[in-house]
Amino acid sequence: MTAIPDVKPAAGEVVIPTSAEEAVEAFGDGSGVTLVGGGTIVLADMNYGRIAPSRVVLLGRAGLAGIARDRSQVTIGAGTSVQDLVGLAAPLGPCAANVADIEIRLQGTVGGNLCAGAGGEVPRGDLQGAFLALGATARSAGDDGIGTEPLEEFLTRRDERLLLDVSFEEPAAGAFASLSRPHTHDYTALAVSGVRTPGGELRLAATGVGSWGQRLPSAEAAAADPEQAGRAALGDVDLRDDALASAWYREHTLPILVQRVLVRLEEAT
Amino acid sequence: MKIVVNGAVREIGSSPTTSLLFVLREELGVTGPKAGCQQGGCGACTVLVDGSPRRSCLLPVGYLDGAEITTVEGLGTPMSLAPVQQAFVHHYAAQCGFCTSGFLLAAQAYLDRGGTDDREAIIEALGGHVCRCTGYVKIIEAVAAAARGDTFDLTTTAPGKYTTVAGGAR
Repeated sequence: MTAIPDVKPAAGEVVIPTSAEEAVEAFGDGSGVTLVGGGTIVLADMNYGRIAPSRVVLLGRAGLAGIARDRSQVTIGAGTSVQDLVGLAAPLGPCAANVADIEIRLQGTVGGNLCAGAGGEVPRGDLQGAFLALGATARSAGDDGIGTEPLEEFLTRRDERLLLDVSFEEPAAGAFASLSRPHTHDYTALAVSGVRTPGGELRLAATGVGSWGQRLPSAEAAAADPEQAGRAALGDVDLRDDALASAWYREHTLPILVQRVLVRLEEAT
Repeated sequence: MKIVVNGAVREIGSSPTTSLLFVLREELGVTGPKAGCQQGGCGACTVLVDGSPRRSCLLPVGYLDGAEITTVEGLGTPMSLAPVQQAFVHHYAAQCGFCTSGFLLAAQAYLDRGGTDDREAIIEALGGHVCRCTGYVKIIEAVAAAARGDTFDLTTTAPGKYTTVAGGAR
């Protein structure tokens, strides 16, 4: 029998940047770097030996946390805890409150949640739908320096980038609807976020319909009739079975969640 | 690096990416936090970090230089239980005990942020914790009692085991 070592040897190189600049430098072009935000995803993988990173950057002390407002523009640092979003207006506040449980929310970060890789057995990225509905932009660093782009574009290459913050214009109205949770610590099985912009534009997005959050353009186009919009949403998604819900179940519940969001948006406007 | 565990300064030799749970249990021999699922799903490893509840299995110790960690060992002693521990004893909220330290620290954090005896609020606050003996009813009753400030005479509840009477006075 092998004795349990009382000290764990370093898992390759570990860097703990203490500023955003140091974090960007430590990330470099991102090759071979495993980023840790709050640790709620990566540490679990390391505990079980599913990953053995050669170079880890621990972002928790990089000063990336905080929520700033400039008139109607809201900027949320990638290191902000999910719990810090709970008090914000819909869709973001209720979407954050729906994530896991308080201990995970206190530890998990916006950056980690948005950038989580596809989870295999479960949909990850609980907050993606809400930020997509808000029309958020992502500021990130990578091999071509620091740049800002729509979150939708960022998500497609999020594993090559270091997310610094996300920004959006405060909506005129927002709404969120989710499947009720069988247990608080589950990932979001299915949820819909909706936003009415000050200019009157409607945006709908869902979490749990695929490996990451998605806009629902057909539902947006049919929004005048919430019931029809709910059915139209099914044309925007490619539903699948996973550990949290079957495609069949999602097919029957997505239209209802879309309807609820549209009705709540109408009430809030 | 150093962390403060239940008031004592401890030097840490493990790598910064090691979980706090591993450091507490294997490097420091503090076994109150339990290694349950080790992926954040069961709550048995919950500790307080600077007063805030955290899953120690998911927390890289590299984030914690200088932090104050409270485990169940720092909550109270058999002769001087914290009020929430007294409530757990009085309401028979522990069965096998494996989940209990995690529940106690989550409950303490709930009480510290002004939690009331509202059943739904307690369920939400403890929602990340699993009791495989399914003793949830008693656990919720105990936390509600502690939130109300109920007092207990544990010399009657558990004769010969505890000397604590009411509100942690002893």
